[in-house]
Amino acid sequence: MSLEFVFDLLLALAIIWSAWRSLSASRLDLAIVMFIVFGLLMALAWARLSASDIGLAEAAIGAGLTGALLLDAYGALKRRET
Amino acid sequence: MKRLLVVLGAACFVVLLIGAMLDLAPAGIALHAAVSANLPSSGVEHPVTAVLLNFRGYDTLLEIAVLLLALIVILAVGIDSTTDVRPAASPVLQALARLAAPLMIVVAVYLLWAGAFRPGGAFQAGAVLAAAAVLLHLAELLPGWQSPGARLRLGLAGGFLIFLAVGAGLLFQGALLEYPPEQAGWMILLIESGLTVSLGLILAGLFLLLSRDDGDRS
Repeated sequence: MSLEFVFDLLLALAIIWSAWRSLSASRLDLAIVMFIVFGLLMALAWARLSASDIGLAEAAIGAGLTGALLLDAYGALKRRET
Repeated sequence: MKRLLVVLGAACFVVLLIGAMLDLAPAGIALHAAVSANLPSSGVEHPVTAVLLNFRGYDTLLEIAVLLLALIVILAVGIDSTTDVRPAASPVLQALARLAAPLMIVVAVYLLWAGAFRPGGAFQAGAVLAAAAVLLHLAELLPGWQSPGARLRLGLAGGFLIFLAVGAGLLFQGALLEYPPEQAGWMILLIESGLTVSLGLILAGLFLLLSRDDGDRS
């Protein structure tokens, strides 16, 4: 079992784990943070599949912009509640 | 009992899916060879950029059109400008945003330039530009957009218009977006520069237009 295989296996498990945590988190802020983590791991997976173009786009749009949008929406929800 | 059945069903489905993935037939059409063979005449050295902006340029043209359409729909629907009191951004965040924003602009320009010969390109560069704008907005250094003025509108539509103009200019040669090999390099760079600015503004606009309540005060 080579080192690369172990890394890929860990990466795949971490992606599934973060996706599950993002869906099942009881708190909204936790779910958003797990979604960002999922996006970054996904970018890493694309890089491992030697599709670094998609990896870059995923990191910038999927994790960065969408994450910021979700966090901003969460903040707006919070302010409306109080 | 019911729960057990559902779990069992889901597990069977997962096993089936994994099985299907494992004996996936090889792709019916292999285009690597065709792309590699035509790379020298595409004007760029990176195959992904060559496919996106030269061999299948109309896909990218439609993508930017769709994004522009999404922004126009947001503008058309209009967002209620309820005043929303935000807690003041911390000075640490503001200082960090001031430091990061110029670096992000440099990274965006680098990504745009690098797109010709290595991973990078207009979409990634535009996303980084948009992220810089969003960061500045969240640090309260950049107010939300109230209603876009003439210059902003031009910036939003500019990338699409440049792309369209190049496409229209090349139409008289007989085919849509078929660049002559000698001029392909600078044409792609021109289109990508326009796309980067427009994409940055559009993606930032999806964010800044939706939270334009901040602009009411500043």
